[in-house]
Amino acid sequence: MRRIQKAPRNGYPGRFALSSRNQGRRAGIGSAVASSLGLDSTVFAARASGDREAKLWVAIALLLVLGAAGCSQSSARTGGSSGKPLVIQNIGSDTMVNLAQAWAEEYQNVESNVSVEVSGGGSGLGIAALINGTADIANSSRHIEPDEEAAVVAHSGSKPREFLVGFDALSIYVHKDNPITSISLEELHEIYAEGGKIDRWSQLGITNIPRARTDRIIRVSRQNNSGTYHYFREVVCGKKGDFKLGSLDMNGSKDVVELVSHTPGAIGYSGLGYNTPSVKMIPVARKKGEKAVLPSIETTLDKSYPISRPMFMYTPGEPPAHVRKYIDWVLSPAGQKIVEFTGYIPLNIAEDKK
Amino acid sequence: MTASQTDNLKRPRMARSTAAIFGERIIELLIRLCGVSAIVFVFGIFLFVLREGAPLIGKLDWTKVLFSQEWYPTSKGNVRYGVGALIVGTLSVTGLAMLFAVPFGIGAAVFVSEFSTGKVKETLKIVIEMLAAIPSIVWGFIGLSVMNRLIQEYLPAPVGLNLLNGAILLALMSVPIIVSIGEDALKAVPDSYREAAMAMGATRWQTVYRVLFPAARNGLLAAALLGVGRAIGETMAVLMATGHAVNIPKSIFDPIRTLTATIAAELGETAVGSDHYRMLFLIGVLLFSITFVVNLLADLAVRGVRKQ
Repeated sequence: MRRIQKAPRNGYPGRFALSSRNQGRRAGIGSAVASSLGLDSTVFAARASGDREAKLWVAIALLLVLGAAGCSQSSARTGGSSGKPLVIQNIGSDTMVNLAQAWAEEYQNVESNVSVEVSGGGSGLGIAALINGTADIANSSRHIEPDEEAAVVAHSGSKPREFLVGFDALSIYVHKDNPITSISLEELHEIYAEGGKIDRWSQLGITNIPRARTDRIIRVSRQNNSGTYHYFREVVCGKKGDFKLGSLDMNGSKDVVELVSHTPGAIGYSGLGYNTPSVKMIPVARKKGEKAVLPSIETTLDKSYPISRPMFMYTPGEPPAHVRKYIDWVLSPAGQKIVEFTGYIPLNIAEDKK
Repeated sequence: MTASQTDNLKRPRMARSTAAIFGERIIELLIRLCGVSAIVFVFGIFLFVLREGAPLIGKLDWTKVLFSQEWYPTSKGNVRYGVGALIVGTLSVTGLAMLFAVPFGIGAAVFVSEFSTGKVKETLKIVIEMLAAIPSIVWGFIGLSVMNRLIQEYLPAPVGLNLLNGAILLALMSVPIIVSIGEDALKAVPDSYREAAMAMGATRWQTVYRVLFPAARNGLLAAALLGVGRAIGETMAVLMATGHAVNIPKSIFDPIRTLTATIAAELGETAVGSDHYRMLFLIGVLLFSITFVVNLLADLAVRGVRKQ
């Protein structure tokens, strides 16, 4: 009952309204999540249809539900366990910060007694906080280093525990009529990075793209504050590198694929999950001449796909019960659904594909 | 009538008029407040935007900022704030839009004011006003989904999101303004001018071209400039339709990026107080100055009309 009352205001859909830029997608995800979490879907249906009578009934139903929720809440308070809220400090990776935020907010509806406080700053900062003992969970988009692990052991007396919570892989997309069969990281560097020398498809040996008006490569990128932009820049342009100017900077992962799908001369990068039949995903080789691999869960797992990385959560030693419960929830289907909605690869897709 | 009777008649009237005077004072004060508030708001907004950006002013190499096209606000190695390409983007898309909108707008104004009558005229006016009421996000959506494909399909453009796409949308958005202000300007020309032209044996076209245009020159100029103001400040439609690429366009099929779109796309996720954040506010100041100059010119043009 409480869930129904809370979700539209502080729950997961509301968060999307803040973080996602695409209006249309916002509503879609919001209602999809809501219904998938077993929320009263008629609320959303009525809003969409605009049926006045239905709205009235929904309003009445909501009032009743709110009243009931109020009662159950007060009884829960009085008869509740300790009453003192438990706080989980969750620090680390900027790539994961949106995801961690979404988890934390949704978890409020699952376990109202536990509040998860999320902050970013980078994987390194998260692990540093783990060593200092200021973080209950550190988010990291890389493995913990041996010396960091030793520092945790020295400080807390036990080995940090690692939980794989999802994957982050970026696919390279071109128009479906583009005959290109593979691309190497070096070529991507020449195409995308500042100072790179490849501007035309013919330089890659591609001369027959149907309906492409020019030989020029139309680079599609992301707006400069997106995590995807930063990760791609790090892998392709180098740690201190920058993008070449003149790329079309889209405001969402889906917009990139959209634009590539009807622009024959375009190339773009976006999450693996955004693949559609109207674009072509191309295999990427680490070096020219090496075997090119298509992004997938398997190639992400065995690290053969170069533009991908696992996402981890670390705890200092064996986690206490409430932290353990949170991580178990993150790994559960409900938690993994949020991984998918925020544009990353959930663990369960890996199982589906096996 | 006795004196007491006149007193009786007067007294309630006196009482009513003091109430009326009091009420009128309040209303007068309120109206004055409304009038002054506009000025307060404009300066308040300008000062606020300037204050947010001010700490960065001294730290920047302004010739580089204004003339370099290197916009790398989030670079790890070398942060650069060159807005040259963004200024060129804004000016080029506005310029091209006006190339479409001014002839169409003035033409439509002439038709509505001089050639159409009765129901046709009324319908046209209502429809044109409806065109002005379409929200800019809807225009942007049309640019992204409809125009994008049309341009891609029928014109020799390598990518559908480009300067031309944005300019057509901006033109469509500023035409209603140009039409309604242009029509007012033409309507303000006294009928005696038209009658004199007819008496001289001028055709309708000659009347419009040789008599009405010179007479309504300032009003038409103001119409065009207000259209420019509308186009420069537009954000959502250009963000969605121009491709958002930091690029100095070499043809009308090249993607561009405007000042407004840059603020819209980046401000939401910058850390408050960071250099990037302040730079976006300085871009705001720049935009404010550009639109201020345009509006000032329009105002001066309208003043010219009144003098005549």
